[in-house]
Amino acid sequence: MTTEITAYEKVKLARSSTRATTADYIKGVTDKFIELHGDRRFGDDSAVIGGIGTICGMPITVIGTEKGHDMGERMARKFGCASPEGYRKALRLVKQAEKFSRPVLFFVDIQGANPGAGAEERGIAEAIAENLYEFGAVKTPMLTIVIGEGGSGGALALSVADEIWMLENAYYSVIAPESCASILFKEPSRASEVAEYLKMTAPDLNGFGVVERIIGEPSDFTDDNAVAKFMSDLKVQIAEKFAQLKKTSVKKLVARRYDKYRRIGKYTEL
Amino acid sequence: MSGVLETMLHSEKNAVCCKCKKSVSEAELVKRYFICPECHAYDRIPPRARIEYLTDKDSFNELFCADIDADPISFPGYAEKKAASRKKSGETEAVLCGTARIGGYETCIFVMNSEFMMASMGTVVGDRIASLFEYAIKRKLPVIGYAASGGARMQEGVLSLMQMVKTSIAAKKHSDAGLLFIVCLTDPTMGGVTASFATLGDIIIAEPNALIGFAGRRVIEQNTGGKLPESFQSAEFQLEHGVIDGIVERKDQRDYLTDVLSMHAEKWGVKA
Ligand SMILES: [Zn+2]
Repeated sequence: MTTEITAYEKVKLARSSTRATTADYIKGVTDKFIELHGDRRFGDDSAVIGGIGTICGMPITVIGTEKGHDMGERMARKFGCASPEGYRKALRLVKQAEKFSRPVLFFVDIQGANPGAGAEERGIAEAIAENLYEFGAVKTPMLTIVIGEGGSGGALALSVADEIWMLENAYYSVIAPESCASILFKEPSRASEVAEYLKMTAPDLNGFGVVERIIGEPSDFTDDNAVAKFMSDLKVQIAEKFAQLKKTSVKKLVARRYDKYRRIGKYTEL
Repeated sequence: MSGVLETMLHSEKNAVCCKCKKSVSEAELVKRYFICPECHAYDRIPPRARIEYLTDKDSFNELFCADIDADPISFPGYAEKKAASRKKSGETEAVLCGTARIGGYETCIFVMNSEFMMASMGTVVGDRIASLFEYAIKRKLPVIGYAASGGARMQEGVLSLMQMVKTSIAAKKHSDAGLLFIVCLTDPTMGGVTASFATLGDIIIAEPNALIGFAGRRVIEQNTGGKLPESFQSAEFQLEHGVIDGIVERKDQRDYLTDVLSMHAEKWGVKA
């Protein structure tokens, strides 16, 4: 366990290429997994992995952004920066999960949505908005785990859930500290200081009531034994949470999800 | 009651066009819906003036205007920046909400104010908009939203980001109640606002030439290494790419809204 490290050191850890990625988590926490491709509209986004699997025997839908490890894989995965097709694939798979009453598990590790001209042409903003709009009311349990970077709207659109968990060195922010430092202070070099201001670490989000659980992480993601132990513990936690959420009526679940977000910065009582 | 437009119509003051930087008299601007007589650029309209253009005389009733000065993460410099915006605009936040009649139809309306910290969305903006949707559900009213924004407000951190979810799910609840939501995208509508309630209307229109998009032009150019065409992320670009239903000039917006409202009138009762 790491202790007493700064917010910006966490940001760097969250971005480290040796960290477990979505594919590693899928392998680590599911018994079986079948990947499903495509948004049925335009294409398949390699930055987003989605599919069906089982966890301790329970069928679930899993969706997550995948960065890849080595350079070749990272390029092929577009560094995990999801495009409109990725968000629309996620929406399709979530609706499918709802149809079959399968819980949904999101893994979030994204620096930000794809900032390309093509993404804009194909309506990236609308694709993100549509997911926020739909996921809030999906009639099946949903759980998000932020495993690395939780970069702004791009992360948000794959994270609306009943509970959000965060790895202890993951971050979740409205903007990257470097960009914030450069916009507000005209000094990208002040990123470290700005990372503190932004309150973007797991304990911060837990304090805001946005994140329900902080997941302790192995001190070294290249230590196979430590990672295997970590994954099997996490698997049990996820399965237990879904078992618990499945006991709640979907109506109550959806109402509670609405309330969870509605309470964040609530000043008006109607 | 003399409105903002009336006052400006008799003003001796001049304003500067946002595009060509030429000096234009306020009175002239008011007559032309804040469209520059020299270069025909759409200038920004103060939100209260916008409401007067669109709604029936004296029908606007402001809601959720409690003076809440939120600084939830005590971000350095935020209090000062916001205080300056408050002083300059005379408003407490970047969105104005209320009820009003348009062509006789009772509606809920919100107008974002790009002069107030770029109309960025923090917790108060999110709270006002979500509250307006909830109020509209209770009274079975349509919502008319005028969007403008630089995006989520950085100075409220991840709490601003969460307002995207909050406003979107409130819009969904309103939609699930069978109610109408019309959005007009004005210059500029970017980032987290475009990626939430602003693109969730049943009908989405935009003002001519408005800048509408998610990522900023500079960020995209840095990322792709190419220069983007002038028309990139314009309202016309968004129309061509299927993101919006139409582009409506300012002088036609009240009639457009009235026509759309009339075609949904059975949903919430007869014309007032
Ligand atoms: Zn001009």
